[in-house]
Amino acid sequence: MASVSFEQLKRSDSVSGPPSSGDYTLDRGFRAVAWASAALILVLVAYIVLEIGGKAMPAISQYGLGFLTTTEWNVQAERFGILPQIWGTLYSSLLALLLGGLFGIAIAIFLTQDFLPPRLAAVFRTIIELLAAIPSVVFGLWGIYVLIPLLRPVANWLHDVAGGIPFFSTSLSGPGLAPAALVLAIMILPTVASISVDALRQIPYKVKEAAYGMGTTRWEAILKVMLPTAASGILAALVLGFGRALGETMALAMLIGNSNQISLSLFAPANTLAALLASSFPEAGQVEIRALMYAALALLAITLIVNAVGLAVMKFATRKFEAER
Amino acid sequence: MSAPDLAVESNLRALSQQADRRRPSLQRAPLEGRALRSGILTGLTWIAALLAAVPLFSVIYMLFVEGGSRLSWETLTALPPSAFDLGGGFGNAIVGTVVMVGIATLISVPLGILAAVYLAILEPDSRLADTVRFLAKVLTGFPSILAGVFVYAVMVVTMKTYSALAGGVALAVLMLPTVVLAAEQAMAMVPKKMKDAAYGMGCTRTQVILKVVLPTGASGILTGVMLAIAGAAGNSAPLLFTALFSDYYLSSLTEPTASLAILIFNFSGMPYDNQIQLAWAASLVLVLIVLAFNILARLIGRQKY
Repeated sequence: MASVSFEQLKRSDSVSGPPSSGDYTLDRGFRAVAWASAALILVLVAYIVLEIGGKAMPAISQYGLGFLTTTEWNVQAERFGILPQIWGTLYSSLLALLLGGLFGIAIAIFLTQDFLPPRLAAVFRTIIELLAAIPSVVFGLWGIYVLIPLLRPVANWLHDVAGGIPFFSTSLSGPGLAPAALVLAIMILPTVASISVDALRQIPYKVKEAAYGMGTTRWEAILKVMLPTAASGILAALVLGFGRALGETMALAMLIGNSNQISLSLFAPANTLAALLASSFPEAGQVEIRALMYAALALLAITLIVNAVGLAVMKFATRKFEAER
Repeated sequence: MSAPDLAVESNLRALSQQADRRRPSLQRAPLEGRALRSGILTGLTWIAALLAAVPLFSVIYMLFVEGGSRLSWETLTALPPSAFDLGGGFGNAIVGTVVMVGIATLISVPLGILAAVYLAILEPDSRLADTVRFLAKVLTGFPSILAGVFVYAVMVVTMKTYSALAGGVALAVLMLPTVVLAAEQAMAMVPKKMKDAAYGMGCTRTQVILKVVLPTGASGILTGVMLAIAGAAGNSAPLLFTALFSDYYLSSLTEPTASLAILIFNFSGMPYDNQIQLAWAASLVLVLIVLAFNILARLIGRQKY
């Protein structure tokens, strides 16, 4: 075979050829831009924390930690406290987690443990995912005109029959904790379900086969083998769902009643940090805005911690299976 | 047959009868404790699954019954009515939503894809990549109202006005992590041998990314973008005090701007039937927009894989 030199192969009109110096400059530039974009996300998060923290600083030095433990929100007297909002945020999210978590896990089991033929399961999964696509305000509107009228007779009957129990100690006159928590549960259900589905799907099929081979019933396999194996993934789903619930704003601002009180009753109006921001911020003056920035910082801290914990648990859960394979 | 044989045979028969009695039936009686519990739990799961689907269908039913009856050319183009007026619509809110989501898309998609290039191709295992990946995941769970607070502090205060620009930036903050994570996943799924083949031809990394990775991962990236747009279109909390609201059509990007979500929020609490009907109609339009992008995302995502 005759040898052909590289120079001969490279013609000026050829589409092929080694990268030109221009290509190398472009390469370096492009990589620098990509690096900068990635770094920008880091900067953005830092900027968000610093900006909200910085704007909250005057209020922090003025009201101190008492802000977190007092209950009054009085703009005229310039006395601000967010204990009722913190209570409302945690209480409503916890109720939503209880309900949304239960249903979310049930649906994850329903979708992964051969209850439906694969094609139907895919359809049902789409239905649950579309639930996540409905905007928060639309759920708020639905809550006001469908859920509250539906709940009111039930709630008032419960109050009449079992008013002695602190959970039912008030009647439901309109907006309140129960409709807010119910809508919140519906909104976090897709999050919990989809992460739990992933956790259950990760379990190697042979684990289930082994359980069935031992003669377990379907539910013995689910409760004693599948759920414990997927436990850390499901825990992550619950924590992340909880994080979602803590920050949810519009539906709650429409349904919870925006009343700064601490009550165990499910039917009493309450308030949350996010709803406080939504309802007070647009019309707030200088002084109130400073206090609201402090409240925003509290919400930021709570949600960042909860989400970071959820992600850490999830990372742990995925790593466990990677090691097993 | 001799006597000992008979004895052996009767012994054997007795033994096998004993074994028969001891061997459990391979059929589970449906009312036996364990099977019964399994059956009850199966029933409860079915009930839970069906119950969970009820809200979705109830919302959709209400949207079409309450909102569909009010939908007309007038509602889609007219300006919002004042308190006691009849008629009116939310044309300006549709325009405002489209413009702000457009701004958010223009900002977040290029940035998000570039960041994803770094995460998926350039240095997937670097410390920066790990940190950014983690922060992007944290940001997906970030309360949307805080994006509003942040942009209020950064843009509204300095520009001294609520604006479509500020609203767009607030939505971009929320879209960015979705785009980054989806684009990263799509690019990471591009087979290694395709990249290796391109490198083997002497491509620079930029050429590999622009000519092989991005076109191959395009459908996955587009799916992520569509989902991010769907999320942003329905999101209202960050617009509350960045874009505020306006009763008029948008004439510049630096003035308060109407959006469908805020219109629904404002009108839902009003004691007038006309406004409430409009809120339902606006909800229907908003849900149709969001669902359209969602379905588009699914169709694009399905084509490839």
